Amino acid sequence: MMKKPRGTFYLLITPVLLWLLALLVIPHLDMLYRSFRFETDDGLWVFSLNNYLAFFEDQIYWLTFVKTALYSIGVTILAFVVTFPVAFFLTKVVAKKYSSFMTLLLLIPIWIGELVTVYGWMILLRDNGVINSFLINIGLIETPIVMLFTSFSMTVGLLYISMLFMIVPMMSALDSMDDSLIEAASDLGASKWTIFRQIIIPYTTPGIVSGGIIVFMLVIGDYVAPNILGGKSSLWFTEQIYNKFLASFNWSEGAAFGFLLLLLSSSIVWVALKLSGQKLDKVGS
Amino acid sequence: MIRSLPCSRLYITGYRLYIALFYIFLVMPLVTICVLAFNDSNFIALPWKGFSLDWFFANTNERLGLFKDEDLLLSVWTSFKTGFFVALFSTVVGTMAALLFEEEQFRFKGLLYFLALAPLVIPGVILGISILLSSTNAGLYMEDAFGWDIELLRPSFWLVVIGQFSFASTYVMLLVSARLKKFDRTLEEAALSLRATRLQVIRLITLPFLRSAIIGAFVVAFLISFANFNTTIFLVGSDPTLPVDLYSRIKFSSTPVLNAVSFMIVAFITLAASISFFLNRKNR
Repeated sequence: MMKKPRGTFYLLITPVLLWLLALLVIPHLDMLYRSFRFETDDGLWVFSLNNYLAFFEDQIYWLTFVKTALYSIGVTILAFVVTFPVAFFLTKVVAKKYSSFMTLLLLIPIWIGELVTVYGWMILLRDNGVINSFLINIGLIETPIVMLFTSFSMTVGLLYISMLFMIVPMMSALDSMDDSLIEAASDLGASKWTIFRQIIIPYTTPGIVSGGIIVFMLVIGDYVAPNILGGKSSLWFTEQIYNKFLASFNWSEGAAFGFLLLLLSSSIVWVALKLSGQKLDKVGS
Repeated sequence: MIRSLPCSRLYITGYRLYIALFYIFLVMPLVTICVLAFNDSNFIALPWKGFSLDWFFANTNERLGLFKDEDLLLSVWTSFKTGFFVALFSTVVGTMAALLFEEEQFRFKGLLYFLALAPLVIPGVILGISILLSSTNAGLYMEDAFGWDIELLRPSFWLVVIGQFSFASTYVMLLVSARLKKFDRTLEEAALSLRATRLQVIRLITLPFLRSAIIGAFVVAFLISFANFNTTIFLVGSDPTLPVDLYSRIKFSSTPVLNAVSFMIVAFITLAASISFFLNRKNR
């Protein structure tokens, strides 16, 4: 093997290093540093744990934190339950000539972006919105049902913006699965539930885990759906961070909260990867 | 259960019904927006008051249509510019990262690769605040130490580009890497043994092979940028991008012009998706 000249290597690594250091490593170290800085009454900046204490002392902060974590896990599971049958249908059940068109339909809401789709749900779910008007018109209800600004509307929004990201990795896992495995099990008398649990689920676990992680990250880091559809009752942790930065301008506490959110999301992702025996680089592909 | 196995009618019907419901759920908000964009009313929701193009073209006291609303048009233009620069920079750096991690061996490769993937598991909010914090710090430092006032380091157009670039590059890298994994290395080795330089090999052999993946990644990066809100909101200066503008209108002053903008976005994306679908089919 010839020894490769290194010039090209430096040409490639310089911009990549710049990107990773200047835009990922240094900003996060800065955030961590800032989260331990506190401005005293005399206007001096000192090292302190006050920003983190503020989080634990005020009940609303850590309650929001815990709620956001549990809710995000819940929405992720819901997204799996809702989309798995669709992924299975598109790869294994429907005739091939329809499946590529139906898959394309799934990608459209992703590219339209969450702001437009969340806005669409707002119009649908309002008191004088489309769903209420429809139900009143057909005489099913007399007065509008309150759906907007509840945890229902927030769940619908979070589910809608995230679930499609789960279908694609599950479909690629299912695509590589040989149908004859299912046929063999079925010939040997296995029930649908047994086939599902013993063959399909183990085979698709990589797809489920990477899709689940993407969904979880989108949900826990989202601001638009809780803020627009959840209203005042939403209590989403990203909203606390936004308020610290853009409303009360307490950047030190905001940095501490940001770091806590990062810690929370990475540890949940880490546990999910460990439990399923996956690696992070599989999530991307 | 699958195509080749027979199933009970009830099971098939139930399954199809579920899929139909799922697709209704999927298109319901989009169809609603598109229909209401043509509603002759001053309110964003129902009732339906007849067909009208007012929210696209009107310019009266009560109604300001999309194509007459200069603020809105300006934010659309800002989003296009942002998307273009983000796509350009992240395509270049993301492709370089893909070549680096797929083809070169060096120390700390694992660590750097992990860092390059990190934006997948960092919430967009955190990327936004961390870049805001460190650019503000750098700006203050520059001002104190040298008396320079650098606009780039304050919330501004270019800071938004930088912030979106920081995670768009990861997606470009993944898309290009996926293609690069299918590349036949012997082509490169043949060229190298014929005394081509490494740079010539990349330019004449590897990049042409990656062409379609790179174009695809450029489009993806543009769309990611065009739709981004979570990171952008912290870095935006006096010229909002479209999602930031839409957000503040939804919160504070919703008029049906929102439906008109949304209709344009839905129509544009659907058209683009259909074109790529038919091109793909033709190529096959």
